Amino acid sequence: MMFQHVVILPILLPLLAGALMVIPAVSRNMVLQRRLGTVASVLAVVLAVWLLVLVDHNGTQAYAVGEWKPPFGILLVADRLATLLLLLTSVLLLAVQLFASAGEDERGRFFQPLLMFQVMGIQGAFLTGDIFNLFVFFEVLLIASYALLIHGGGKAKTAASLHYVILNLAGSALFLFALGILYGTFGTLNMADMQANAALIQNDDLYLAKVGALLLLVVFGLKAAMLPLHFWLPKAYAAAPAPVAALFAIMTKIGIYSLWRVHSAIFGEHAGALANVALPWLWPMAWLTLALGVVAVLASQSLRALAANLVIVSVGSLLLMVANPAQSTTAAGLYYLVHSTLATALIFLIAGLIMGQRGKSEDRFVRGRPLAHPRLLGGLFFIAALALIGMPPFSGFIGKALMLSAALDEGVAGWIWPPLLLSSLAALLVLSRAGSSIFWRSRGRAVPVTIDTRQLAGIGVLLVALVLMVVLAGWLTAFTDRAAADLLAGMQLVLPEGR
Amino acid sequence: MTLLWILLLPMMGIVTPLLTERYGRNVCAAMTALPPAIALMLLLQQAPVVMSGQVPSLHAEWIPALGLNLALHLDGLAWLFCLLILGIGLLVILYARYYLSDRDSMGQFYASLILFMTAMLGVVLSANLLQLWLFWELTSISSFLLISFWSWRTDARKGARMALAVTGAGGLALLGALILIGHEVGSFDLATVLASGDLLRQSELYPVILALFLLGAFTKSAQFPFHFWLPHAMAAPTPVSSYLHSATMVKAGVFLLARFYPVLAGTDLWFVVVSLTGMATLLVGAYTALFKHDLKGLLAYSTVSHLGLITLLLGLGTALAPVAAVFHIINHAVFKASLFMAAGIIDHESGSRDMRKLNGLWQFMPVTATLAMVAASSMAGVPLLNGFLSKEMMFAETLEQYTFGALSWWVPLLATIGATFSVAYSLRFMHDVFFNGQPIDLPKTPHEPPRYMRVPVEILVVLCLLVGMFPDLMVGTLLKTAAGAVLQAPVPEFELGVWHGFNLPLLMSMLAVSGGVAIYVNRRFLFQFQSQFAERDAKLVFEASVQSLVRKAGQLHHLIDNGSMQRAMFLMLLLALVLMAWPLMDLLNTAGGRPELALNWGVVFCTALLIAGTLLTIWWSHQRLWALLALSIVGLVVSVAFAWFSAPDLALTQLSVEVVTVLLFLLALFFLPRHGPIMDGPLRIMMRDLGVSVLFGSVVGTICYALLTRPLDSISGYFLEHSKTGGGGTNVVNVILVDFRGFDTLGEITVLGIAALGIYKLLARMTLAMPSADDDGRAWARERHPALLALVSQSLLPLALLVSAYIFLRGHNMPGGGFIAGLITAIALIQQYVAHGVVWMKQRMPLSYEALIASGLLIALTAGLGSWLFGHNFLKTWYDYFYLPGVGKFELASAMVFDLGVYLTVIGATLLILANLGKLTTSERIRTGDE
Repeated sequence: MMFQHVVILPILLPLLAGALMVIPAVSRNMVLQRRLGTVASVLAVVLAVWLLVLVDHNGTQAYAVGEWKPPFGILLVADRLATLLLLLTSVLLLAVQLFASAGEDERGRFFQPLLMFQVMGIQGAFLTGDIFNLFVFFEVLLIASYALLIHGGGKAKTAASLHYVILNLAGSALFLFALGILYGTFGTLNMADMQANAALIQNDDLYLAKVGALLLLVVFGLKAAMLPLHFWLPKAYAAAPAPVAALFAIMTKIGIYSLWRVHSAIFGEHAGALANVALPWLWPMAWLTLALGVVAVLASQSLRALAANLVIVSVGSLLLMVANPAQSTTAAGLYYLVHSTLATALIFLIAGLIMGQRGKSEDRFVRGRPLAHPRLLGGLFFIAALALIGMPPFSGFIGKALMLSAALDEGVAGWIWPPLLLSSLAALLVLSRAGSSIFWRSRGRAVPVTIDTRQLAGIGVLLVALVLMVVLAGWLTAFTDRAAADLLAGMQLVLPEGR
Repeated sequence: MTLLWILLLPMMGIVTPLLTERYGRNVCAAMTALPPAIALMLLLQQAPVVMSGQVPSLHAEWIPALGLNLALHLDGLAWLFCLLILGIGLLVILYARYYLSDRDSMGQFYASLILFMTAMLGVVLSANLLQLWLFWELTSISSFLLISFWSWRTDARKGARMALAVTGAGGLALLGALILIGHEVGSFDLATVLASGDLLRQSELYPVILALFLLGAFTKSAQFPFHFWLPHAMAAPTPVSSYLHSATMVKAGVFLLARFYPVLAGTDLWFVVVSLTGMATLLVGAYTALFKHDLKGLLAYSTVSHLGLITLLLGLGTALAPVAAVFHIINHAVFKASLFMAAGIIDHESGSRDMRKLNGLWQFMPVTATLAMVAASSMAGVPLLNGFLSKEMMFAETLEQYTFGALSWWVPLLATIGATFSVAYSLRFMHDVFFNGQPIDLPKTPHEPPRYMRVPVEILVVLCLLVGMFPDLMVGTLLKTAAGAVLQAPVPEFELGVWHGFNLPLLMSMLAVSGGVAIYVNRRFLFQFQSQFAERDAKLVFEASVQSLVRKAGQLHHLIDNGSMQRAMFLMLLLALVLMAWPLMDLLNTAGGRPELALNWGVVFCTALLIAGTLLTIWWSHQRLWALLALSIVGLVVSVAFAWFSAPDLALTQLSVEVVTVLLFLLALFFLPRHGPIMDGPLRIMMRDLGVSVLFGSVVGTICYALLTRPLDSISGYFLEHSKTGGGGTNVVNVILVDFRGFDTLGEITVLGIAALGIYKLLARMTLAMPSADDDGRAWARERHPALLALVSQSLLPLALLVSAYIFLRGHNMPGGGFIAGLITAIALIQQYVAHGVVWMKQRMPLSYEALIASGLLIALTAGLGSWLFGHNFLKTWYDYFYLPGVGKFELASAMVFDLGVYLTVIGATLLILANLGKLTTSERIRTGDE
């Protein structure tokens, strides 16, 4: 049976597409590249749906690369958490790929293949059950993001990417330190094996293992943009080309995902003396991240900066969920994670279109020339704003309500509610001000600009996904609940059948 | 099902105006009115059922995890509100048809209006708390859209934002309250919640719940001190003011108070807070209304005041107060909607809303004037009109309450004062506008409006009269059913009559009327008194506070994030340092139990060299070339160390990587000044960074020492054991690279390929000034490619290639492999670049490096995929031994194909990077896919 291989396909498919696009004959042919990209993206969505249904029905699917039995070889693990994030990534890819195919991909070379490599790295990070392999995929996705960030060139992008690259290189070095320490104490790299061994570690090794675990908190915190490691984010997101910024919406979530995988599962409550080792540190930093996010949101002066700061708010909210590991908080966080990724991507794409129509005012909250498509963009902005604030009828309010409710269940509402509710209020204040400035306070005459159908198609993908999140909310919340239960129960060292 | 349609029809109707806009105003208005009209008929059809006390309901699961389900019910209170929403809504649609000008987008207006109608119906029909909240927020959103309808006007924009901010904040508080209620009760089902009054009132969280709940209700219903948004919402077109901001939306707050009356009321906290807030609102609204020169401003404050009255009633705690509250909800909706419409007609037909200009309109529009005056009399509480009846009931109830103990007599007194001002501003509305001399400077000559624009007003005014004269017949049953729904208990007996005999409430009414007349007659003095106080425009205050909030946030944010990368890096390392050092404090024995190896001079020497190299790198850090040299010492010692500890593969790799990086560095350094700045910042910062670095190094050193001195039971034994038997190679490192962990290698060569593409992107459009001399002014040598170097490197090339082929082939069993071989080939080719220059190479090597990368990746991928054909997992390797005459026994392994991919990718990536850097030094463009 070939069906077993579906687990590894989300990694191999973008790698294949990306490698093909680098072949000079293909890379010179924009049309071919775009078609290839769209086909690969659609396939990625189909694959992700398939895998998600498969996993939801038949349970976690494992895949031993090279057929080396775990924990010796690299094991890929597709559980509910991973497959949901795969689906999210591929939907995002499809939206971004379509949007960029309208012309953004021609502003520099290799955009389409880099997009594929980027997604390969992200999908790999979600699928792997091996902590060193996680490092490798972190490298893949990071190096691709460096390259995508400078797409189109220019001073702002180069400056932002320099910060981004240097901080993340340092982060990678810390990741290696941490892996060395953990290998030196656990003697294994397989996550399930680590989890099984965590409770057995004792004496001096315990302290060294703690060092490794806490160092990983720094690494994942940097990726997630947790205070005080968030400094790379606002500039990078605000400088990146619109489709790249949209794709980057998932980047911080990889940090959150890794925290769940490593700190909620491996170092979760079953880990004996190592149980929840990072929580006392995570708690205050999560809270401060959210608080700073609110301040930054209020201080935003342009739409992209605002969107970037809203990312910090969403990260803060998610970190608070991670800092209180329970099934309800994890499930709520997971739903909100999917929502906030889609909503953030949407606002970045819309900001890209707005920028193209306002001349020198770009996306800043100042009086500028009227938009060429006020109704269309205004409507889209309105939808995105409601989703970001967490107002009905879009999925934001479900995510917010789930998190509020979960915090109450965990008895931490007193800490979590005020910043969570205030963050919504801040977003409401600033987004209404932004919309009012951009769409209503205009001067001069609109300059005709066309909007490409592909750009609308990309935005449409995200809109459909956001609407489905509300319509299918019953199913999705039940799914995230199961995914959270799986995650907290821990990864089991089970081999695929027949071996 | 009927229930569902009452909500669904308007919901589907949201798009009709947008679709029918192009067919003209009449068609658009008619089509817009159709779905609500049908819904109204359905509602009326349900009347007998509802009035008989039954509650039709509907339930469907939606998000069980959240407790949010689709649940609708139609009890008396919901029915009453639906009637108001749909009935007045239809009248407003008709009215707006004539009110909107050709410039306004009718479709957009109607669509927002119907969106609001749907949302409001959703609020009153909801039988699930969270669903109620969902629609509640939608009313705020649609209200925002409607207030800002004339978006080119700054007052409309600011008014809309302010309304959204206040009601949005209230909405968030309400969400908190509802979740808390649901949490306490264990369900978000309204019926269950309504049955859990005692549970909630005794809950520890009751004060929090009540505070959040009241915040939500008070902001929506514009209660003092949150009332300021409502007058500014009057920037909306008048149909909106009439519909949302008097008849329906602002009633959502009092609806909520009424809805949760059985569970949240009944405590002292409720009675004190609600009645005081209501009273304050009543007085502030009534007093301020008198001074408004703007017709709509007067009506807005009057609305605030009447909402206060309803709130006051809900806070009194007497048996019949809720009944009076419901009655006043109906009456106020009817007379205030008609008054707004009348004001809109006056504005529309005379071009002004300023009562200082509008005088004597009676002569121009007698019919409208009559209608408006009847409605205004109802507002003032004149007998035989509906407003009088509920006001009488209110007076009666204020006399019944004892919330404030011995001071309870304040309540009737203050209520009478409020009513007095109410009479005064009603009088002002009537007398100033319709009489009081001649109009002054009106932009238009006033005249009667189009026939059908007046119809809605006529209908509402007739209702004022009918209810006022035959209350029991008109609303008796409705009131009883609705009040029953509010109380969730049998309604106490009450009598709806026009005449109750001479009693205290009547006396209060008479006092109010005579007092009101007196105030109006002497208004001059009051206006003078009031003019001492500077009038604050809430809009400007709001805008200024938002601005200042933004500014302060900006300052605070800048304090934290000043854009300095040095600071970001410092904080990251500091955090890592603290997190690493913390657990180490508990580690008492740094050295573990592992026996230590004996020292020898070689190790000591190399270690000394390593330390010296490191220190020199730091010392020379501003002299870049020297620093690079010192750094390469570190690299060399590391490769020696690898060799020493039996890892020849790693030693070879490290060595070749070292060579490549130094070469690339040299190319990059060419464009930089030879000396960097000695100081990277103020001394303070440098010392800070130095301190962190030293501490960091010492912590990492300690960890390494602790780890290395401890025995480790790891998976590496398995690799040693199975390398030959499972992977077919004796070189364990290589087997790990291409087999055990080949997937990592696949990832890493992808990284290499991407890095090359990224560097290409970074440098592709970069043009740098070519330095013609070094820092000291010495010109670079003319001879760019020394002959000797060219000769040697050229002759070395075949040898190097041969070596790399050898290294590649033996890799699986002996030190070597694709990665090292690739690097060696790359170095050999780089040498040619250095010796001959880009142009020379370009002519002789017509190779696209991207193609090398692509083919490398594809070959590695294919090698992995190949195992699928044999029914195995990705990268499952195969090997076997063969015999060829002349060659002897040799091994073939599928891993070698994979290794070939690695080999090609490494060459392609290295050379693409190099060629791009090298390209910067020449005017020639390198060969890329472009050409």
